[in-house]
Amino acid sequence: MNSENKIYFYPVWLRIWHGINALGILVLIFTGINMQYATPGFKLMDFELAVNLHNIAGILVSANYLIFVFGNLRTSNHKFYRIKLKGLYKRLRLQVEYYTTGLFRNQDAPFPLSEKRKFNPMQKVSYLLVMYLFVPGLVITGLGLLFPELIIENVYQVSGIFLTAVLHASLGFLVSIFLIVHLYVASIGKHPINNFKSILNGYHDLNGH
Amino acid sequence: MLKSGLTSASSFNSPAMRSSFLFFIVLILFLGFSKSSQALAPENESCLKCHTHQTITFHNTLTKREDKRLMNPLYILDKDHFASGVHAKFKCIDCHSADYSKYPHNAELKLEPLSTCLDCHGGDAKYAAYQFEKIDLEFQKSVHFQKSGDSFTCSKCHNQHYYQAKSRNSSEVGDIVKFSNEMCMSCHSNNSKFQLISDKLKPALSQIHEWLPNQELHFLNVRCIECHTQVVDSLSVSHNILPKEKALKNCVECHSKNSMLEASLYKYKNLQSRSKIGKLNSIIKNKSYVIGAYQNIWLNYISILILILALAGISIHVIARIIKK
Ligand code: HEM
Repeated sequence: MNSENKIYFYPVWLRIWHGINALGILVLIFTGINMQYATPGFKLMDFELAVNLHNIAGILVSANYLIFVFGNLRTSNHKFYRIKLKGLYKRLRLQVEYYTTGLFRNQDAPFPLSEKRKFNPMQKVSYLLVMYLFVPGLVITGLGLLFPELIIENVYQVSGIFLTAVLHASLGFLVSIFLIVHLYVASIGKHPINNFKSILNGYHDLNGH
Repeated sequence: MLKSGLTSASSFNSPAMRSSFLFFIVLILFLGFSKSSQALAPENESCLKCHTHQTITFHNTLTKREDKRLMNPLYILDKDHFASGVHAKFKCIDCHSADYSKYPHNAELKLEPLSTCLDCHGGDAKYAAYQFEKIDLEFQKSVHFQKSGDSFTCSKCHNQHYYQAKSRNSSEVGDIVKFSNEMCMSCHSNNSKFQLISDKLKPALSQIHEWLPNQELHFLNVRCIECHTQVVDSLSVSHNILPKEKALKNCVECHSKNSMLEASLYKYKNLQSRSKIGKLNSIIKNKSYVIGAYQNIWLNYISILILILALAGISIHVIARIIKK
């Protein structure tokens, strides 16, 4: 299968992590919205069920996050996440220009994917932000809310639980926005379905891009 | 499952009440002797001489000796606690018979009916704000009155000696909750008092409330009456305690934008804080956070804006992709 124009980008452990993570986070977003916005007159699902599902999915996604961290530590996948700050702004601008204009003029992608490069600069920055800031932030605040007795009671007169909950909901919202954009950006390519096939079967088709 | 409060939720079922009694005794030992009563009527000294102490020494007229005996613990008063209560200024004999000034007390004095709350507070313009009559009407609908009738007096919950108008005067929600729940617990986690009005044993509260996630946190941050009474908007604290089948068991009643807690626990506090520190501040300063009940308008607006921008960006991109295909 490993022909010239196919790269094995997504090893099994990564696909397992990604699958569990994607499903888990969908459940978290759905139940989270229900917990935050339900009223006695309107609800998407039973509140108690939402709380329980949210707890279970949260623990699952947190444990799963360890697969992502250790997987990256133990394999070479982490090299795709290495970022150089020098010239980053310029690289990002090039990528944004490509998505907003170049793409429509059939120009070539400024950062074509290869064995050495799995992500373009925008992907790299957003994945780094989400995977090493937002998700761990959610895991920590989430565990705090699950075991509220661990939370500091007051931070400069402001309730610790309050801060934790607002931070948790805000990060959750940011990850939801990431997910929408992530899904859309993944659909940009020769054929919208190609990337989704890749994250399932592991192979990225260079010709298909 | 996945509840975190289970381990220590037993404080409700534990012999906490009994040990708090012991605590009082220790408190009396330490404080009772050292501090003199503040603001208590001087006439009370002769009563409190015995009724705040563990032992009593008296001249036994039969044996002609000085006798030292243990006081009946039920009749020992916590002087400082009394001094902080609403009735601190009262003389003992304002409510109890003046004949108690003789010792040994005449046994028949026990039969004397004591005044009820309404005997003093009913129809008194000075207490109109407290709406004692309305409270009485509500109380008569409650399961306590329905089951036990007149023998369920106000004092079963509101200890006349120590009562404080916490829900009106305290600015700490936690303080209000603790004070209120201790009233319920004084019987519902104490078999001897529970059996004053029931032949059964006290219910196993932490088991019954097993369905409640974060049980301990709930018990510390909301009052029993939040779910176990019918809220009446015009009353500060609702007194119609519902039979257990009718208790609220719907999370969203509190965990939502128009949280029911606004009408109950946070009602009086809101009235105060709105004028002084504003609603946002009062929520931020409050140690407890109610999932779903707090929604910051600005955060909501900002998130809707970001969502719309993201969706609009994607839509425009999709359209451009289709056109340029
Ligand atoms: C229904 C949900 C999801 C779908 C269909 C989906 C789809 C995809 C696709 C097609 C790729 C490969 C393209 C690429 O490498 O950029 C990918 C990679 C990735 N996705 Fe997702 N995704 C979903 C949810 C999520 C969520 C919730 C997160 C994180 C919170 C996430 C994080 C990532 C990361 C970090 C990668 C790169 C992994 C690597 O190669 O090291 N995805 N996803």
